Amino acid sequence: MSFQIPIGPQHPALKEPISLRMTVDGEVITDADIRLGYNHRGLEKLAEEKTWVQNIYLTERICGICSHSHATCYVQAVEKLMEIMPPRRGLYIRYLVSELERVHSHLLWLGVAGHEAGFDSFFMYTWRDREIVMDLLEMISGNRVHYAMNTIGGVRRDIDEGQKAKILEGVVTLRKRSEYYFGIGANEPSFVARIAGVGMLTKQQAIDLCAVGPVARASGVARDVRKEDPYAVYDELDFNVCTSDSCDVLGRVVVRVMELLQSYNMIEQMVKGLPDGDIVVKAPRKAKPGEALSRYEAPRGENVHYIKSNGTDKPERLKVRAPTLGNYPATMVMLKKGFIADIPLIFAAIDPCICCAERAVTLISARSGEESVVTMSDLRRQALDRSKNTPVKGKSVWPF
Amino acid sequence: MAVLRTFLYLLVYPGILFLFAYSTFSEWFDRKVYARLQNRMGPTHTGRFGLLQPIADFFKLLAKEDIVPEAADKGLFNVLPAISLAVVSTAALLLPLWNFDLAKPGLTSFSGDIIVMLYLLSLPTLILFLAAWSSTNLFSTIGGARVLTMLFGYEVPLFLAVLSPAILANSWRLAEIAAFYQAKPLLLLVNVLGFLVALIAVQAKLERTPFDIPDAETEIVGGTFTEYSGKKLALFRLTFDIELVVASGLLAAVFLGGFPGGVVLGLILFVVKTLFVIFLLSLIRALTSRIRIDQVVAFAWKILAPLAVLQLLATILLKGFLS
Repeated sequence: MSFQIPIGPQHPALKEPISLRMTVDGEVITDADIRLGYNHRGLEKLAEEKTWVQNIYLTERICGICSHSHATCYVQAVEKLMEIMPPRRGLYIRYLVSELERVHSHLLWLGVAGHEAGFDSFFMYTWRDREIVMDLLEMISGNRVHYAMNTIGGVRRDIDEGQKAKILEGVVTLRKRSEYYFGIGANEPSFVARIAGVGMLTKQQAIDLCAVGPVARASGVARDVRKEDPYAVYDELDFNVCTSDSCDVLGRVVVRVMELLQSYNMIEQMVKGLPDGDIVVKAPRKAKPGEALSRYEAPRGENVHYIKSNGTDKPERLKVRAPTLGNYPATMVMLKKGFIADIPLIFAAIDPCICCAERAVTLISARSGEESVVTMSDLRRQALDRSKNTPVKGKSVWPF
Repeated sequence: MAVLRTFLYLLVYPGILFLFAYSTFSEWFDRKVYARLQNRMGPTHTGRFGLLQPIADFFKLLAKEDIVPEAADKGLFNVLPAISLAVVSTAALLLPLWNFDLAKPGLTSFSGDIIVMLYLLSLPTLILFLAAWSSTNLFSTIGGARVLTMLFGYEVPLFLAVLSPAILANSWRLAEIAAFYQAKPLLLLVNVLGFLVALIAVQAKLERTPFDIPDAETEIVGGTFTEYSGKKLALFRLTFDIELVVASGLLAAVFLGGFPGGVVLGLILFVVKTLFVIFLLSLIRALTSRIRIDQVVAFAWKILAPLAVLQLLATILLKGFLS
């Protein structure tokens, strides 16, 4: 007996609305289908109405977890357009916050993975320790979610000696705990039984389907923008790209925990080697006409922002390619031939951030199930076509 | 007078009132242990140390809106929660905690009551399946199928493990089994393996982590209970609480030497021993992750069942050696 089970748009396993339709035969998934568009907010269009500086805070709100990633990626592109270079101290603080954000995001993900596997103790422990890094971020920026650290040409807040000491102290605790979680994630039998060999994505598939971030790295593809195309401070830091050859959810857990350890190293290097000087340079109000593309390794993978400027104080076009979108095709492959019980784990293993990825409107015909992506001008034309053929109602009555 | 006494037994002690109070206390204990193991506080707000929280939850659910799905088999859907509660409460009466005289078998303590007890503990599982099936929800249906699949896994090891001490005691009566081990406490050590097997099987029967597969919220939403709300859900939750007490009482009676010493001392021993079993169950719940349905069946037949058979073999050999 085969039937379709809907996962979403509202489902306890999903933190954000998305619709996965699984055709299952008993407990085995035979086909998977993904439907997006429940969380489209029109941010890219909105960005065209706002100035360069206002857009920093707008892009920060693309996502609640990797808020700094989007803001930094945007700011990098604008700085390229304006041809300004932030001072080194500013850069160090900016990417220090980036790495702290990666730590909080990966710890959050570990907890979610534990919860999806029904291992709530793991979830409670990792989220308890995530508070340490959340407190550090709050101490540095004043905020827990949207740090608002970036500005064009540097950062908005400096850090002092006392804060440095607290960061180093927090990192020591976090490193100890992360090593413990590494032990649990790789050794606890019932947990490993759930994640080993689940959601297989071979190296070739990962390359073919353009998987990004920890998903690609867990399939043995050493793809990391920080290493391949080092931006800002990353060529001065000493770190490794963590990969795993197991190609399954276990590999994704291992890669993320190893990345945590690498991030702790980077944070220590940045705090200890923090250069003196200014944290920001003055930025012009307008950018020259031109285009800029900025790449940034967000916790979930490569984040890409494209900006086109027409010489005014507003962008003409902002295009965001969030890492989750890059991982959807790979997810469809991972889900097939899996068990129902593995759906939340496999889907969670790409660390989906649906609000990041919702960038296009897809129309689904209710009758045929046909899907089509349309542009605004197409929609307008369709509406005009339809109204052209409808007869004019002579005596329409106002309903109230 | 006899009628009044019977009513008192049924309604107050050890009947429904005592069961309600003690099972909600057990739920509180389980939640508190689970929470402390996870570095959380657990219930703290209602009553002293949050002791009244499960009762508050129960009454809150009673007051909630009760929705019956259009497509459901309404008669079955409505009556099943009450039946399951009745079944586990009846099973509780069979615990060798009160009103049993070794010489005089009665209505609640007779030769073969251990089998009746196991049967009454199996019924809620079937009722759960029926409840899931009659609610016609997709997630419920999958949950119901999982309930039955799991039943095939843990039921046989549970029966084998619980019955092997009975074989050594040469009785099918819970009170006599308990009395036998009270006389020779050292023989309890023989059954340690069986105790572990039964503990794991009971964990599966109660659908607690790592066996909370039929209502795994991240996979199939509410699972068996997706369509249940209000009073009916409250009754099902109470059923599980009472089943927790009855199952741990059964394990305590069979593997831990029962509850000797009259009404007061017997009650104290009952509380201590059942809480010990519940503590072990909470420990398993906190330390493991949910496994998959195929893994449960494989685990039950490849590990639990052989261990239970080993226990049975050891018991039979020892019995032959002793006699």
